[in-house]
Amino acid sequence: MKRLLLQHIDVPGIDTLSVYREHGGYKALEKALKDMKPDDITEEVKKSGLRGRGGAGFPTGLKWSFLAKPEGVERYLVCNADESEPGTFKDRFLMSKIPHALIEGMIVSSFALGAKTSYIYIRGELLYVYHILEKAIAEAYDAGLLGKNIMGSGYSLDLYVHPGGGAYICGEETALIESLEGKRGNPRIKPPFPAVKGLWQSPTVVNNVETISAVPHIVNMGGDAYAAIGVGKSTGTKLISACGHIKKPGVYEIELGLPVEEFLFSDEYCGGIRNDKKLKAVVAGGSSVPILPGELFLKTANGEPRLMSYESLSDGGFATGTMLGSGGFIVMDEDTSVVKNLWNFTRFYHHESCGQCSPCREGTGWMEKVLHKFLEGHANMNDIDLLWDIQSKIEGKTICPLGEAASWPVASAIRHFRSEFEDYVKNPQKIKDVKHYYRVNNLDPVIN
Amino acid sequence: MPDNYTGYKMDTNNTNINFSEEALQLMHKIMRRYPEGRQKSAILPLLHIAQAESEGWLSAPVMDKVAEILKVQPIEVYEVASFYTMFNLKPVGKCVIEVCRTGPCWLLGAEDIVKFIERKLNIKEGETTADGMFTLKTVECLASCGSAPMMQVGEKYHEHLTCEKVDELLDDYRVNTNEHISHWAKDKIKA
Ligand SMILES: Cc1cc2nc3c(=O)[nH]c(=O)nc-3n(C[C@H](O)[C@H](O)[C@H](O)COP(=O)(O)O)c2cc1C
Ligand code: SF4
Ligand code: FES
Repeated sequence: MKRLLLQHIDVPGIDTLSVYREHGGYKALEKALKDMKPDDITEEVKKSGLRGRGGAGFPTGLKWSFLAKPEGVERYLVCNADESEPGTFKDRFLMSKIPHALIEGMIVSSFALGAKTSYIYIRGELLYVYHILEKAIAEAYDAGLLGKNIMGSGYSLDLYVHPGGGAYICGEETALIESLEGKRGNPRIKPPFPAVKGLWQSPTVVNNVETISAVPHIVNMGGDAYAAIGVGKSTGTKLISACGHIKKPGVYEIELGLPVEEFLFSDEYCGGIRNDKKLKAVVAGGSSVPILPGELFLKTANGEPRLMSYESLSDGGFATGTMLGSGGFIVMDEDTSVVKNLWNFTRFYHHESCGQCSPCREGTGWMEKVLHKFLEGHANMNDIDLLWDIQSKIEGKTICPLGEAASWPVASAIRHFRSEFEDYVKNPQKIKDVKHYYRVNNLDPVIN
Repeated sequence: MPDNYTGYKMDTNNTNINFSEEALQLMHKIMRRYPEGRQKSAILPLLHIAQAESEGWLSAPVMDKVAEILKVQPIEVYEVASFYTMFNLKPVGKCVIEVCRTGPCWLLGAEDIVKFIERKLNIKEGETTADGMFTLKTVECLASCGSAPMMQVGEKYHEHLTCEKVDELLDDYRVNTNEHISHWAKDKIKA
């Protein structure tokens, strides 16, 4: 097992600058500032094959090379620490345990991009992590790793943490930029892309916490060595946050290409399904990606064992595949009602829609309503087709991908679990009897 | 505009609102983090501080004061405050209990936790107890799904909840209230 980001996670005091440095921290920064030119770093990141860990998996080096560099105009690096995708909790873990990993990544990346001021946009609810980052940043300033003339290199950088106010949509990069400008988090129409007109209309790169934290490792080991980890175009390691009905929920660092079956069932990772129940379904990359039934998740439609990689998880397209997404791994056991859970997810998207586009604003609301009919036992067979129809009218017709993130779970649930919907139409009492949560103890209230 | 402010008359000379010296210093420190002319960016951090200074909620006069500090129009502050779920536009109890209600927590019993609190405090979700002690909110995924079910009170995350654990916590809040309210204004930030 190859660990990079979490290699020193268990070292006591690794959240402090001194211990972080004792374990090789800020070596990459030193190397970058002393031995490399900014473009060399971008070149290594390109070679590494690193792909954005925020969800979309876009090649990071390529994204950096798109950054416009007009003379006399500021450029910005903004870290996306808004982590709000249901099932995803890796960035919070990383930032709270090893804050300097992100800070070192921010300095190295800002140097590569030529930014003089950078921001970490953290979701407002993570106030305690905000304080951890503030403390670590203060340590870095005191040690001359931030501020003027870092390590005597002539390069200067200011780094600030900026808290959000509670809105999932601010994870979308243009909404994040709007929010950082002090506005409502309404995504922007693209183009122009942030690489040309981003924060305060200046060229801007937005990257996820995990993406940026990987950069120092690439600088240390070289892009080629990083690319040698993983499989095919899924290079390096990835943090997976595993939750739901498994024995060992938590954040795991895996080498991309690990067989899904091993990840789910071995004691080193998830440890299998709780209470020795059977596996029903998995949402592999945060609530926005298509849900797959257990069998299709463990093996592709062609019968190949599935791997934890961008390509293998999307094998079969949306017909029989899904996506790696943000690495939010949600496991559901045999007692789970996919329909009931879908209603919960759909309520989430309806609640979080910013409301700018009618297909998303109205569509998420209608999907929630129709799904609620199933919960109440009032649904009929036409409602299944109606749901399908509504979701199909959202995709591709909105400003940002939240609309699609809301429609994919609905489409995939109907595609793979149509019989469950039908069953609830025929036997309305069944869904009311579903209690797919564990009774937490004897103080339980009576649930009606 | 949030419903409860319709009919409110804008009054930028409102002098009733005074933030503490400590809070004001923090606000100005934060405003310097953005380039000259971009101070509006500080709206969200300033609203957090203002809310912590104002018994956990933002009244229109409090938002006007923030507008005055930032030199923006009050409407620019209202429209932001009403977009983000962390800002309370109505009075809240001393302890705001925010239980995560999203999929992963829900799969592991979030619904039980909400019902338990509703029963124990005799309020419904979104309501405040008559003694002004507790407000119960349900919120969306707080990035702690691996420790589900969970809730947040003030700054703190409470994870792996059981009804028994919640029972004890609620009793503790009545006694040690101050430890459970937001800590924004006590924050020490490097200039
Ligand atoms: C609705 C929505 C929510 C998103 N939430 C997040 C998030 O919480 N964190 C994140 O890093 N990226 C999120 N993204 C993806 C970002 O838009 C963006 O692609 C990412 O931050 C780029 O960084 P990366 O290339 O390093 O992945 C979200 C996208 C959408 C459409
Ligand atoms: S798709 Fe939804 S969230 Fe995205 S801009 Fe449109 S309305 Fe807003
Ligand atoms: S679903 Fe509750 S913290 Fe993620």
